[in-house]
Amino acid sequence: MTREIAVVAFAQTDHRRTSDELSEVEMLMPVLHEVLDATGLKTSDIGFTCSGSSDYLAGRAFSFTLALDGVGAWPPISESHVEMDGAWALYEAWTKLLTGDTDTALVYAYGKSSPGSVRDVLTRQLDPYYVAPLWPDSVALAALQAQALIDEGYTDEPALAAVAARSRADAQANSHAQLRGSVPHGEYVVHPLRTGDCPPIGDGAAAVILAAGDRARELCERPAWIRGIDHRIEAHSLGVRELTDSPSTRLAAEKAGAFERPVDTAELHAPFSSQEVVLRKALRLGDDVRVNPSGGALAANPIMAAGLVRIGEAAARIHRGESDRALAHATSGPCLQQNLVAVLEGEPRHAQ
Amino acid sequence: MPSEPVAVVGIGQTKHVAARRDVSMAGLVREAAQRALTDAELTWADIDAVVIGKAPDFFEGVMMPELYLADALGAVGKPMLRVHTAGSVGGSTALVATNLIRSRVHATVLTLAYEKQSESNAMWGLSLPIPFQQPLLAGAGGFFAPHVRAYMRRSGAPDTVGSLVAYKDRRNALLNPYAHLHEHDITLEKVQASPMLWDPIRYSETCPSSDGAVAMILTDRAGAARSPRPPAWLHGGAMRSEPTLFAGKDAVSPKAGQDCAADVYRQAGIADPRREIDAVEMYVPFSWYEPMWLENLGFAAEGEGWKLTESGVTELDGDLPVNMSGGVLSTNPIGASGMIRFAEAALQVRGLAGEHQVDGARRVLGHAYGGGSQFFSMWLVGSEPPTS
Repeated sequence: MTREIAVVAFAQTDHRRTSDELSEVEMLMPVLHEVLDATGLKTSDIGFTCSGSSDYLAGRAFSFTLALDGVGAWPPISESHVEMDGAWALYEAWTKLLTGDTDTALVYAYGKSSPGSVRDVLTRQLDPYYVAPLWPDSVALAALQAQALIDEGYTDEPALAAVAARSRADAQANSHAQLRGSVPHGEYVVHPLRTGDCPPIGDGAAAVILAAGDRARELCERPAWIRGIDHRIEAHSLGVRELTDSPSTRLAAEKAGAFERPVDTAELHAPFSSQEVVLRKALRLGDDVRVNPSGGALAANPIMAAGLVRIGEAAARIHRGESDRALAHATSGPCLQQNLVAVLEGEPRHAQ
Repeated sequence: MPSEPVAVVGIGQTKHVAARRDVSMAGLVREAAQRALTDAELTWADIDAVVIGKAPDFFEGVMMPELYLADALGAVGKPMLRVHTAGSVGGSTALVATNLIRSRVHATVLTLAYEKQSESNAMWGLSLPIPFQQPLLAGAGGFFAPHVRAYMRRSGAPDTVGSLVAYKDRRNALLNPYAHLHEHDITLEKVQASPMLWDPIRYSETCPSSDGAVAMILTDRAGAARSPRPPAWLHGGAMRSEPTLFAGKDAVSPKAGQDCAADVYRQAGIADPRREIDAVEMYVPFSWYEPMWLENLGFAAEGEGWKLTESGVTELDGDLPVNMSGGVLSTNPIGASGMIRFAEAALQVRGLAGEHQVDGARRVLGHAYGGGSQFFSMWLVGSEPPTS
């Protein structure tokens, strides 16, 4: 790649169980203002805007069209939208910046899960002819994956409980997280997954600004340079996948250059404790890597924004000087079907 | 370092019909993709990434259907992106795919758009009420009819212009084997006698509801050199968005459409679109949008677009043919309609449009719009590679 692209700003809402009093636009606007204020940019300065969201959460066709009101698309802007997690909107914006068409991009994503039942809604993602009519819900599918991991000896219930406990303890330092501090591991939701192994259901939004080359250095003291980013999808049917592994994550990480040098931080989009086990293995993360210092998706899982939040959290650690090389991961689909990996780096710091 | 040139080397579409009960969604998209691969003389293994578009998910009742379609589109182990920008989505999807090549992230990309409207009910899909937001109670025609009225009043166009567009597009469709509506007994009188739906839009001046898919194989300069048939070259592409509802919006000629066209012409080095562009595939779901977009896209001065239509300039044998394929008025699998415009523009400059081919078409514009005239996407393709 001939152009260096960096995350130069990140903002997110406080993630909450419900936000009945807010429309999607109202939920999104403070985040857009915050991320623009951080760089001093105005909407009219942004070269390209891209967002991620889902009509099925809003319960309405073309739900994203009104979010543009929050951006303030006047005069008209160069803009696009993916019906995917915002991490993929960031990927689209990254390719746009690589073409040289523009030097800055605004990426945002949002999801309000509170109006419906997420477990029911997500069944509508499944093969519409053979699987969706049976309504297998997202927790039940994750439980199949968790049981397969236990059966193969990759983990056990106490180890999963430890993942959850660590995530929620780390979330204590994250004022945006929905669940913070000690959370009881709880009763079984779907065996072997207990309440503590499952993500909270909540509403939230996130936004990121990308910039190229010297523009990034002007806008941010320590830009989080995207050294590589790639995403891969697997077969949809659970019957043809090895649920205890994630070849798409491994391939995306390889293409993103994750294995060229060790990372110090990994923000993984693992909504279920058992999925962290799969991802750690696929990404070859050692015990010395700080995994999900934000608390991860077990502390806040705003659907459609949670993947973008991982990239934002990883970048923010680089901005703050807490990381030099971080990996960020996003997932989509049942049981980690589709995965994105980004590798972010800060400039080497001079000895004090 | 300039971006990598992009070429269209394969195009495939399904025969568009009201209901494809013989195939699943996966079967439908697979059919279009396989035809595009056959045209390019490539195999699934030659594809580096898949970019798919459709809009909205409620039309078939499947949330994020790209997950389920990954296998059918040979995407397993590959990157797959899903674009959704309302009615402009087919065009936007193709442009997102071009950026994967222009940025040199990938060399050869399959891009595809579809809608299988028979799986559900489009009116229902567009009519879910949300508290405190303006619902589209009367469908898209009810939303656009007042803007057509505003255009007629502003331009002084006679009320016969819309029927001329519909009559032309439906006749063009007879020359396109993939078009949905093949009305062999169409006459101007029949169009004008059809029932009034949303005054001034008559039944025969509206688009049908179709099942269909369209696919394109996009590749870089090296890929184009290996192409067995003439490629279409990208000379310019752009997207623009503006809010749907606000006091300053000109719903007759939205600024986002004007800006989008201007950006495409700047990239392609076009100073006078009326003279330098040979034909247009334009997103015209209601007949009156042909004269309206002729002005919005810079082919006619404000208030003059209807004169081009009335004088026959936009006929298949006219000086600036518009919607040679029969257009959205003859074929409307909504999520695919924008990409069909882009693909038909490419077919024209490749010289492969068959009976609806415009002789000597060297530069052709593909155009799409969506939302409440809120989203625009366009590309200009040429028979020769771009010089810059």
